[in-house]
Amino acid sequence: MSTFSEKTTVYQANDSSFPRELEDEAIYILREVASQFEKPAILFSGGKDSITVVRLAQKAFYPGKIPFVLLHVDTGHNFPETIEYRDWLVNKLGLELHVRYVSDSIKQGKVKEETGKYASRNALQTVTLLDAIEEFKFDACIGGARRDEEKARAKERIFSVRDDFGQWNAKKQRPELFDMLNGKIELGENVRVFPISNWTELDVWNYIKEEELKIPTIYFTHEREVFERDGMIWADSEYINKSEDEVPYKTQVRFRTVGDMTCTAAVASTADNLDDVIGEILSAQISERGARIDDKRSEAAMEKRKQAGYF
Amino acid sequence: MDILRIATAGSVDDGKSTLIGRLLYETNSITKDKIEALESASKRKGLDFLDLSLLTDGLIAEREQGITIDVAHIYFSTPHRKYIIADTPGHFEYTRNMVTGASNTSVSIILIDARNGLVEQTKRHFYISSMLRIKNIIVAVNKMDLVAYSQEKFEAIKSELLGIAEQVSFIGQTLQFIPISSLYGENLVRKSEETPWYHGATLLDTLEKFSTQNTELSTIQARFPVQHVVRPKTEEYHDYRGYAGKIASGTFLVGDLVEALPSGQISKIKTIEKFGTQLEMGNAKDSVVITLEDNIDVSRGNMLVKVGEQPESRKEIKAKICWLDSQMLIVGKTYLLQHGINRVKAKITNISSVIDIKNMSLSNEAPMDGGLKLNEIGWISLKTASPIFADKYEENPANGSFILIDDNSNGTVGVGFIE
Repeated sequence: MSTFSEKTTVYQANDSSFPRELEDEAIYILREVASQFEKPAILFSGGKDSITVVRLAQKAFYPGKIPFVLLHVDTGHNFPETIEYRDWLVNKLGLELHVRYVSDSIKQGKVKEETGKYASRNALQTVTLLDAIEEFKFDACIGGARRDEEKARAKERIFSVRDDFGQWNAKKQRPELFDMLNGKIELGENVRVFPISNWTELDVWNYIKEEELKIPTIYFTHEREVFERDGMIWADSEYINKSEDEVPYKTQVRFRTVGDMTCTAAVASTADNLDDVIGEILSAQISERGARIDDKRSEAAMEKRKQAGYF
Repeated sequence: MDILRIATAGSVDDGKSTLIGRLLYETNSITKDKIEALESASKRKGLDFLDLSLLTDGLIAEREQGITIDVAHIYFSTPHRKYIIADTPGHFEYTRNMVTGASNTSVSIILIDARNGLVEQTKRHFYISSMLRIKNIIVAVNKMDLVAYSQEKFEAIKSELLGIAEQVSFIGQTLQFIPISSLYGENLVRKSEETPWYHGATLLDTLEKFSTQNTELSTIQARFPVQHVVRPKTEEYHDYRGYAGKIASGTFLVGDLVEALPSGQISKIKTIEKFGTQLEMGNAKDSVVITLEDNIDVSRGNMLVKVGEQPESRKEIKAKICWLDSQMLIVGKTYLLQHGINRVKAKITNISSVIDIKNMSLSNEAPMDGGLKLNEIGWISLKTASPIFADKYEENPANGSFILIDDNSNGTVGVGFIE
C-alpha cells in the first residue's frame, strides 16, 4: 500500500536551537490570561510540558510573582518521582498548589474504577477536574498541550472555550485572528488555554536545555521493573493487571512522555543527559504519543475525551 | 532557528492533503507509528492507497464527510528552518476558518486542480490572502499528471490569475506559479523531469528562500500596547512599576522619549527587560517589560509610542470587514471592538458595499437584506465609545486590525481592517 513513489530526499534537522519567537508568543498569551480572567490556574502534571508552562509564567511576570495557582488532578497512579518533583518545584517558586484526587471521585460514586487488562484512571480524571474547576471557580485553566501531539489537538485554538460541562465543541470554535484573543465567557463556562500550542516536542526539549530546567528523573535512563505488552514496554506497578505470561524483568529505560503508570509506555534507552535525549528524539521512528496507551483506544480517542471535558 | 508560517488553501479535492502529506513524508516528519495508523485507517475505509487526509483531518466529522472543516496546524522542519503549516478548509461555508488560519502567516499556498482551472474559491482565497497582506503567494497548479504536464494548460491558468492579481495584489507582494503533482511528488521536493519547460524552483526550494525576518514590521513606527502592569510590591522591588507587553511594531531604545496614550503624558524609557535581563532595544514581536523614568498614568489597554509618531485618534472608523458569524452584521447594532488587546464599544453606522468575489467587483448598493452575511466581505463605518489609536492596516498591519465581539454570544463575529 503506497501513495508515493520512492522518497527522493532525506532531511534531518540539524539546527536544533530553540526558536525564541515561540517564547515571546507564549508569554504574550499568559499575560492575556492574567488580564482577561479572574481566577486562572495552571493544570500541572509534573510532565515536561507543564514544567515549561510554569517557567514561561515565571518569565512573563518577573519580577512580580506568578499570578496563577497550580491545580494537580492526582489519579493516584502517578510515578512517585513526578510527585516528588512537583512538591520540590512548588516549594522552590513559592507557588500555591491545589491537589484533587480521582480516588475521592470514586469514593463519592461519581466515577467507577475501570476493570480488566487495560484499566486506567486516565478518562476518570476528567470528572475530578471538572469538579475542581467548579469548586475553585476557575475561569481559565492553562495547559501544556501542543498541537503536534495528536490530530484532534492540531485543531484546537489557543483559547479553547468550554461550556459549563467542560465540553469542547470543535464545530463552534472562535476564530482567532492574528494575535487577538477573546476570552469573554459567561459565568460557569471556562476557557482552556494552550500557550505552547505551536511548540513541537523537540522545541520543548531544546527549551528545557537552553533554560537549564530541572525535570523529573524518569525522563532519563534508569533501571526499572518492566514487562512487555502489545509491543510496548510497560512499567510494572501494583496498578496494572498483568496476565500470567507477562513476566516483569529489570532493564534500562526512560520515559519520553509522562502520564499515569497505567497509560505511559517506556522506551529502552541509555540517555542520561539532555543532549542524548534530544538525539534520541531526532532519530526516533515513533511519535511521542505512540507511547501513550490512552490514545491507542481508538482513532478518535482524544477528540472524544476532549468533548467530555478532558484538557 | 527561524520559523516560516504558511497557509495552504484550495478548493475541495484539489489535493491539499496529499501535498502536505508528501512534504511531511519527504522531510522525514511522519513517524512509523503514524504511517502504520494511516495504513490501518485507510484499509478500514476500504482504500488500497494511503489516505493522507486522515493525517490532517483530525475531527470525526471531517473524516466522516471527507472534508476539512477547521484549521489544522502541522509542523515540520528542514536543516534550514522550522515550518508551521495552517491547513485551512476549502469549502465556502468554512471561509472564516480559512481567514483564521491565514491571518498568522507570511506565505500562502493556493492550490488549483489543473483540470478545473480557476474556480470561485481560488479567487476568494487569493482575495483574502491579499486582504490580509500576505506577502508571498505560491500558486501550486496541482494534478499536472492528469493533464499530461501540459504547458499550455499551466500558462492559461497563470495568465487568468495574473489578470485577477492586477486588481487585488499590492505593491511588494510576490506571486509564483509552480506546476506540481502531489501524488507523484513532481516539483515538490524533487525537480520534475516531466516539466522541462518549467525553469523555476521546486515548492520546497521556493519556501526555503523566503525570508523569516520581519524587517518590515521592525522598521515602521513603534507601537507598544500595555498588556499588564507589573508591580511586585516586594521589599526588593518596592517602587517597581513595569509595563509588560509585546511590541506590536517598530523598535524601542532605552532613552527614547515616549508618549502614553490616551493620557498624552510623556516620559523616557528607563529600561527594556526580559526576565531581569536589561536590553538596549526591543523589536517588533518581542515580549518585554518596559520601565519609565517618571510615574505617569499607564494601565492595561494603553499604548506607548515615540513622541512625534502618534497614531491617529479615531472614533469614526471606516474599515473593510470579513464577517465570521451566522448572525448577520447589521447597521445600528453595538458590538465590542477589540483592537489589539484594547476593547471599546462600537456601533455600526453604515454598510456601504459588499465585495462580489465571483466578479471581483464592489457592489455599491447596500445589501438587499440590510446586513452582511457569514463569510461576506464588505465596507463598513462604525463609531466607538472612546477613541482608539490605530493605524491604517496597509501601513501597519500590527496596529490596523480589530475583531468584533458579540456581547450576547461572546463570540468573535468579525475581523476588520482599518482604512
